[in-house]
Formats: sequence, C-alpha cells, structure tokens
Amino acid sequence: MSKIDLYRNHFDEATRDGFHDQPEAVRQLRQLAMTQFEQLGFPTTRMEAWRNTNLAQLAKSEFLAPDANIAIEQSQLQPFYLDNSIQVVVVAGRFRPDLSSLDGLPREVGIIGLAEAITQNNRLVLTHLGRYADYREEALTALNTAFLSDGVLIHVPEKVTIDRPINVICLSSNRNHTATVTHPRTLVVAGRTTQVTLAERFVRLSGGPTFTNAVTEIVAGPGSIVDYTRLQLEPDDAHHIATVQVHQEADSRVELHTITIGGGLVRNNLNSTLAAEGAEVSLNGLYLVRESQHVDNHTRIDHAAPHCTSAENYKGILDDQGHAVFNGRIIVHQDAQKTDATQSNQNLMLSDQALVNTNPQLEIYADDVKCRHGSTVGQIDEDIIFYFLTRGIDRDAARRLLVHGFTREITNRIENQTIREFVNELIDRWFPNGQEGAP
Amino acid sequence: MLEITNLHVSVEGIEILKGINLQVNAGELHAVMGPNGSGKSTFANVLAGRDTYVVTAGEVLYEGKNLLEMSPEERAREGLFLSFQYPVVIPGVNNTYFLQAAVNAGRKHRGEEEMDAVDFLGLIKDKVKLVQLDESFLNRSVNEGFSGGEKKRNEILQMLILEPRLAVLDETDSGLDIDALKIVAEGVNAFRNPERAFLVITHYQRILNYIKPDRVHVLANGRIAKSGGPELAELLEEKGYSWVQAEGDPAN
Repeated sequence: MSKIDLYRNHFDEATRDGFHDQPEAVRQLRQLAMTQFEQLGFPTTRMEAWRNTNLAQLAKSEFLAPDANIAIEQSQLQPFYLDNSIQVVVVAGRFRPDLSSLDGLPREVGIIGLAEAITQNNRLVLTHLGRYADYREEALTALNTAFLSDGVLIHVPEKVTIDRPINVICLSSNRNHTATVTHPRTLVVAGRTTQVTLAERFVRLSGGPTFTNAVTEIVAGPGSIVDYTRLQLEPDDAHHIATVQVHQEADSRVELHTITIGGGLVRNNLNSTLAAEGAEVSLNGLYLVRESQHVDNHTRIDHAAPHCTSAENYKGILDDQGHAVFNGRIIVHQDAQKTDATQSNQNLMLSDQALVNTNPQLEIYADDVKCRHGSTVGQIDEDIIFYFLTRGIDRDAARRLLVHGFTREITNRIENQTIREFVNELIDRWFPNGQEGAP
Repeated sequence: MLEITNLHVSVEGIEILKGINLQVNAGELHAVMGPNGSGKSTFANVLAGRDTYVVTAGEVLYEGKNLLEMSPEERAREGLFLSFQYPVVIPGVNNTYFLQAAVNAGRKHRGEEEMDAVDFLGLIKDKVKLVQLDESFLNRSVNEGFSGGEKKRNEILQMLILEPRLAVLDETDSGLDIDALKIVAEGVNAFRNPERAFLVITHYQRILNYIKPDRVHVLANGRIAKSGGPELAELLEEKGYSWVQAEGDPAN
C-alpha cells in the first residue's frame, strides 16, 4: 500500500499551519499539484519511463517532514564550500541565509529564498515558477510542487556576467534517525546575454534514510551562457529523485553536467527544450555505481525550433551488483529543421554481476536534420591491459589508469576549473587507493 | 642475451611454432623474416608474455633466466621491449603520464628513485625530436587519433625512453611510408650498442636497407627454415619466400 494518504495529510497540515502568506496563484498551483499527485500516484514499472526503476519500496515507506530549523554550524559545512565561489545553502528544502555567503556577487544579481520571493509576489515567480517542470504528467514533480514553500531563486539580469561559480549546497540532514522527505526547489532565471556558472550539490551530514524529491527549473534567456553541474553525493540510504527542466531561448548555450556518485536509489530526469533558433545544449553525464546502488538517468531533449544543436555524452562505471539505467530521448519536432543532435552512452563494466539498461530514443518529425546516436557496454579490453603489462605497468595500475581516463573524458568538459578539480577529486576518492593512479 | 631452444607454441589448441632454435648475443641485431602465417607475430607475442599463446615445449633463456616463468610486466622491467605491430589506443590516458608510469615501474623494480614530472619532461623532450613527433603528441591520449606511422614512431619513442636491453620490433615497418621508415630506422640505429640486442621481425626486406642485420632467419611453417647473413635478405627479395619453403630445409 503506497503512502499517498500520508502525503495528503502532510499537505493538509502544512496548508493549515503555514503557507498563509503565499499569494493566491501559488496556493492554487499547490492545490492543483496535490490533486494531480493523488491521481497519478507513484510511477510503477508498468510505465515505459519507469520500466527499469522500481519505486514500490519507496512508495510504501513512511517518510516524515524534517525539522527545517535544525541547528547547523557553518564549520560543519566547511567540506562542502567551494573555493572562490558564492555559497548558497539549503537545509531540508529551506534557504539558509545565515549559512550562505554571497560575497562577490554583482549587486544586480538576486539570490533569495523562494519563500521570500513567493510572499513578495516576485514577478519572476509568477512568470516562471512551475511553468517548465511538468506537474500535470509527472507525479513526482507534482508532489514537489504541492509542497512548494521555499528553495532558491537565482536571477541574473540582462547583460550581467558572474565570474565566480554559484555553489548551491542542498543538505538533506535531519537531527534524529527518522526517515524524512524533502522537496528542494530551485529556479534559475538567466536573462538576455548573461553568463553564469552554478553547481548544485546534494549531500547529507547525518541522520536516517532520506527521500529527496528535487526540482530545478532553469530559464536561459536569449544569448545567455549557463553552465550547470549537478552532483549527487548522498549516502547509500538516500533515495533521490530529481527533475531538472531547462528552457532555452534563441542562441542560448547551456552546458549540463550530471555527476552521480552517491545515493542508493537515484533517478535524474534531465530535460531541455530548445525553444528558439540557434540554441545549443550539451549534456554530460557520469555515474559511478557499485554495491547495490541503482542509478537511472533519463534525459529528454526537445528540439522545438530550427538550427539548434544538442550533444549528449553519458558514461558509467559499474561495479559489484550496481544497476544503471540510461534512457536518452531526443524529439525533433516538425519545425526543427537543420537540427544537429548527437548522443552517446558508454558503460564500463567492472563486475559481471553489474547491470545496465541503455536505451536511446530518437523521434524525428522534421526531414532536414543530422542525428547520430550510439551506446556501448563493455569490459576493460585485455589487449589494452597487455599493452600496459609490456611496458612494465601492472594490471591493477593499468585498470586504475584506464578507469580514470574514462571518467576524465567527461569531467574534462567541465569548463570551470574549481568545479572540475573538485569533481575529479571526488571521483579519485571513489576508487580504492584512488589517489595513486591519478594523473 | 637470448637463447631459444626447441620452442613449441599453440594458440587455441593449434600448434603455430614447431620447434624454434635461436641464439641472439648482446650487440647483435637479428632479422626474422617470413611470409604471412609463418608464426612471426606469435613469436613476438610469446616473448613478451601474452597468455593466449601457450608454450607446449621448449625453453627460453633471457640473460640466463627462464623467461617463460616471468610475468609480462617482469619481462618489461627486466629490459625486454616489444614494439607492437598494431599499437592499441588508450582513451583518456595521457601519453606523457603513461610513459612516466612505465619508466617509474622499471626504476622501482631496479631499486632506483622514481622520476618526477619535471625531470621526466626533460628526458622525453629530446627523444621526441629524435622520432620527429610534434610535442603536442605528448599531451594526447596514448595513440588516440595517431596515424599508422605516428603510432609506430610512438613505439620507437617508448623504446628510446625505456632503454630495453632486448627490443623485439614486430613489423614496425609495415604500413610506413619511406620517410617514416627512415625515421624509425634512425631511431633504432642511434640506439644500437654492444650491450643491446634486437629482433626485427618483418615481412619485407625494405627496412633492412636502413638497419643492417647481423643475422637473417627465415620463418616458415613454425620453424626457422633458413639462416644466414644480410645477403639472405637480398636473396629473399629476389626469389620470394616460396624458394625457401620449396627447399624445406630446417637448417639451423
């Protein structure tokens, strides 16, 4: 029996106790989303998009609302801060200005809590919030939207370039050991000809099992350049379902890097709509899966306008009984002539008990397009190992170098040096004796 | 340096080498020639220690030690080098880093201090000039996007840096244009000295115009069918391999 009633109770309680200062439009949106969630229910494996990811256990488990005012010291967050960055901290879905540090942010740029933005009737909230992430069809997006109360709003106004990366740290920690659910929400609005680099990192300090149901909406205005890295670093008893929905205007260039290292059950829905001519998106993904981890990357690119480009590269390393799913859907709509779309998914299997389901899906309704896709699943090539051996390098070191090389092909695409080096370090720590083999 | 006695080798149950006898002394360069399918590549691979090649009989002594008991990486660290006929591409592994790891594996084995990146870069830069590769190759993944000729020159570069005592060059000349062939030959010639030995395995006599062998052996049907001086290579060029095979004389 799934716990839909429980979420309804949470919702009614929250509506009774809080949310009073939300404007009517947002209250209606939440009501509508809650009703949608009740109707849709948790996705099941009978649905094509969820065939390989089973949420039955998650749907049955009881998760409580966390204590959002949990006391956290700045010193506890030290390991998660990035050098030379703007630090934005979200704890259990709540924006925490007391733990954030916005030094060095250009004055025109707005980073505020979504709760504040909502109660202030912020124009961007009314224009953009909930407009891209689909709560009508997607049950978990509906659930997130139903509990919309706080999160982060990042607004980069026209022609502004932010040199430093914005480091958003999302903590799913709670004080005690009860299982808790949070619904983090982020809205990024990059105006015309802006440039911004941001990272969203999902981490946990302590506490019992968590269910994180996150939604991020990114609006890339005409001619904007947005670089976004998503890092999943939660522990094994974390369930993480994420939807990132990107909306791209003319000539915008968006780079999306999705790095999944932690989490017991992870589902990343990463979608971009290329809504106007000349938009470009690249999706880079890396997943390191071991023990009994399950990591599912579902991507969808909608080529809705002519002369747009998408390039997708996902790589995975699977060990032990790890299970990964890659589903890459590219839809070239009828008007999207001169589309250039490439997609590749490569999987390196380190164990014969690991499993990967890879499924590229191209749907093309225009006739003048260039589309290529391919996927591979393979083990480390013995011919390559022998080559290492004949140069005096032993098998373990060879394996380590090869696996490192495999990951670097993705991380080298992260342009921002601070983020790239940070990600590389995390990857190196994933390997037993990792540091030694690292070039 | 290398003493091979009655070497028999099978691959997937099929006998490829049927009793090879060969002795190579320090300072010598031997050419092993033969038609396709004569067992040349099997010979090279079994010396390097590829485990898909099974030695069913015979003995190989390298500097007095039983080579066949050594793992491939031990052989390399002890100074044996194989230049591959088809060097593999190693995606994502930087060429310089790969070479440094190889050099340090050898140094560690010999109880020498490992080289740091700065010292290593100094060493490698001179050698790169010798094989006329652009320095940009050092920052690329091993053999990735290299042309056939560039891969072979990269093999020779590795040889120059690893400084083996016995180098086995497996068809290093195949697929090379004349300019690349000369560069490879110059690399080998510059590297010859009284302490080192070479086995140059080739189908064609052409490379032997640039690298003078001390001895030439003809491999046919898994045996050394004929041995002689450099003049044997010229004779083969003139008469073809069928001449040796027809004679069928397992002379050694």
